Amino acid sequence: MLSFLTRRVLAGLATLFAAIFLMFLLVDRSIDPLADLRESTASNKQQLIDQRIELLNLDTNVVLRFFHWLGNFVTGDPGVAWRTGQEVGPMISHAIGSTLQLVTAATLLSLLLGVTIGIVSALRQYSSFDYLIIFLSFLLYSLPSFWIAVLLKQWGAIGFNDFLRDPVLSWVVITVIALLGGLLWMLAVGGSVRRRVQTFALGLAATFAMLAYLQLTDWWSDPQLGPILVLVLGAAAAFAITGVSAGLRNRRALFASLSTVALGVALYFPVQGLFDEIVESHLLIAGMGVVAVASGVLIGFLFGGPDRGVSMRSAGITALVVATLVFVDQVLQVWVPYSNALGGRPIPTFGDRTPNLGGNYWVQVLDASTHLILPTLTLILVAFAAYTRYSRSSMLEVMNQDYIRTARAKGLPERVVVVRHGFRNTLIPLATIVPIDVITLIGGAVITEAVFARPGMGSLFINALRGAEIEPVMAYLFITASFAIIASIVADIIYAIVDPRIRLDA
Amino acid sequence: MTTPTAPDAPDSTGTLENAIELKEVAGLSQGQIVRRRFFRHKGALVGLAALGFIVLLAFTSVGVGPIDGWWKHAGSPGPVLNPGGAPTLSMPTWLGGTGFALGEHPFGQDEIGRDMFARVMLGTQTSIKVMVIIGLVACLVGVTIGSLAGFYRGRLEMILMRTTDLFITIPTIVIGAVIGKLSGGVNSTLFAVALGLILWTSLARLVRGEFLSLREREFVDAARVAGASDRRIIFKHILPNAIGVIIVATTLLMSSAILLETALSYLGFGIQPPEVSLGRLISEYQSAFATRPWLFWWPGLFIVSIALSVNFIGDGLRDAFDPRQKRIPSQRKMEKSLDQRVTSTLGSYPPGSPTNIRDAGNGA
Repeated sequence: MLSFLTRRVLAGLATLFAAIFLMFLLVDRSIDPLADLRESTASNKQQLIDQRIELLNLDTNVVLRFFHWLGNFVTGDPGVAWRTGQEVGPMISHAIGSTLQLVTAATLLSLLLGVTIGIVSALRQYSSFDYLIIFLSFLLYSLPSFWIAVLLKQWGAIGFNDFLRDPVLSWVVITVIALLGGLLWMLAVGGSVRRRVQTFALGLAATFAMLAYLQLTDWWSDPQLGPILVLVLGAAAAFAITGVSAGLRNRRALFASLSTVALGVALYFPVQGLFDEIVESHLLIAGMGVVAVASGVLIGFLFGGPDRGVSMRSAGITALVVATLVFVDQVLQVWVPYSNALGGRPIPTFGDRTPNLGGNYWVQVLDASTHLILPTLTLILVAFAAYTRYSRSSMLEVMNQDYIRTARAKGLPERVVVVRHGFRNTLIPLATIVPIDVITLIGGAVITEAVFARPGMGSLFINALRGAEIEPVMAYLFITASFAIIASIVADIIYAIVDPRIRLDA
Repeated sequence: MTTPTAPDAPDSTGTLENAIELKEVAGLSQGQIVRRRFFRHKGALVGLAALGFIVLLAFTSVGVGPIDGWWKHAGSPGPVLNPGGAPTLSMPTWLGGTGFALGEHPFGQDEIGRDMFARVMLGTQTSIKVMVIIGLVACLVGVTIGSLAGFYRGRLEMILMRTTDLFITIPTIVIGAVIGKLSGGVNSTLFAVALGLILWTSLARLVRGEFLSLREREFVDAARVAGASDRRIIFKHILPNAIGVIIVATTLLMSSAILLETALSYLGFGIQPPEVSLGRLISEYQSAFATRPWLFWWPGLFIVSIALSVNFIGDGLRDAFDPRQKRIPSQRKMEKSLDQRVTSTLGSYPPGSPTNIRDAGNGA
């Protein structure tokens, strides 16, 4: 393991050096810092040009300039963007935060969605649902992301903000959406005719009830969860999580999850007071999340029984969901003042924060999230298609293996076959693809950030390349390339961890 | 076909499927089998037809180079016809329009009266040209490097594959932007060649893998024993066996190439005026979305249709070339084939057997 790591890190450093060197030569060829002066009509044109050549060392050989830059960069001085005179270091450190937010959110959500839908699609191979998903993923795969981004900007932001001015859906629209929802559930679940009709009716009723609730309580203009919705959603999550991870027959796991929800709702009111008392920070909130998960695991442990691990796992995941719900509820409580502060148009189309907004921690979180919605959605739509395809084909491959047949033959319930034997092995190829794919997402962020004017790494790169400033461009390339190399090493390690057949030392 | 098995034997479905499969391909050459499988893929056929139509429309309407097309405008400024330059295209009455008509400017005009149809067609020409050039260059470089690395192994392979790693460390759109800044302003052909020179990496890896496994096969040994030169082995024995992988990968590469080109042109690092490309058009007109949505819709629609058709064609090709790919025959076909065998072998099966088959078919 250690020798593998040393070898990989050394090879990675060599690759990084070569890639950066080649890119320096390329970037140096492609930009022209003197372009604006050449066209100028100033009388002292030649003198200005000489000055700039002096400033940027343009008369030195490019290889020497590269080593000069590299030496400075490695010793912690990434240089100055000469046109604006800004230090590159602070520029980069702000931009990295913004881009990481975007890429992390997009990766997590698209993984969750893509893997779930891909697996359902594979389990129902050659069904209408499967064909629908295949077509959808093809379509999303063929959409240029800048085009989606502009469309989302128009409909997702401007259209939705217009809708919020008078948030009433007509009952015809609600019925149509409910019908579509029922149809989708029916296709996804499948089964006999009787089962299909049941699912359709249930899906229709649930969608209709939800939309009607949103409409009648005027949820659109004042979105709140409140203890009731936390309870309802938490209980639904508890059933779903236990159903997948332990099976509803496992009463201990189910009761452990449900008690976790009950505890969460019981703590809802004291937590409100607590949030008013303390000064919040991301670290504190993350710590509270960890405490929540730990108490969920503890509840599962206390329920005991012969199979403690399963109860602990189900209750732990449920606790995470409930804690997230409470957090979201807290954020949404500042929605109305936030929306009013923005003149009733709460979905912004550019930037990564509202300037001079002020407000407490929750307002800041809400502001950051509303700015994240559209760019994240753009990235998700593209990445989702890829993940659906990967997980579908990987699941199909696994489900045709002999050990799946053996598992079925020895009488395991279908849930255990799918989750324990199928799903886990599906994750092996995914685990190696995801770290590498993050690089693609960082590339995709270039376009998304450009369209939504988010001040992240991508727009930093684009602007610096346009402005012929080599220092920020190279800093961006250095960081991206390092990310890529780290990601590929991580992918190898993950591969060895999830698949014991792979040995790194060999 | 082996000896007939009773339908309730454990692998009866498998043999049955094989029987149908074998009967379908009996007496056909490899090329014919591939062609048949490809034409059975409906999505691929629709994609092929759509792409053919778009290419024909784009290249005949405004003409290529000195040859004039049949369209009356050339995309130069003119008088604005409808208020704001709205499209004169109207839908048939059953779609709620005023009867189908193309009018003078079916796709509308921009603010200085340039005909949008002509501009979109010009953009489509450039984008398709760039896509094809990228595909060809990337295919050529990727196949050369991949086959050299896979065939000769050793130090050459290490050097070539390390070079491939270099290109993978930086997102293609980022290298593309730098390359585009370097070459985009010159002309679109150079830009496409430059992009092709960075997009070959995935193809090289695939071809190398294919060569690594094919060079260990018996027919290669046989050829070598018979005294064939390396050149002959590569071109006559290994490449024809790897052609499926190459064609499929190149097709899928082209669909990502057109998205890359349009994205770069959108960011301003691709095709530069006076040349027109679909991404360039969207970038020019995106601020006009609220007032003149047609300027935004038409180029986008063409990008999506081209990329979607190419993707579907690639999918069809993959199905056609993949030897592991087995179409599951329909219920009806299975039963029909079973009936034929029942009559032909004059076997006496227990009365319950067809239901067994049906169950087995459902479970598969």
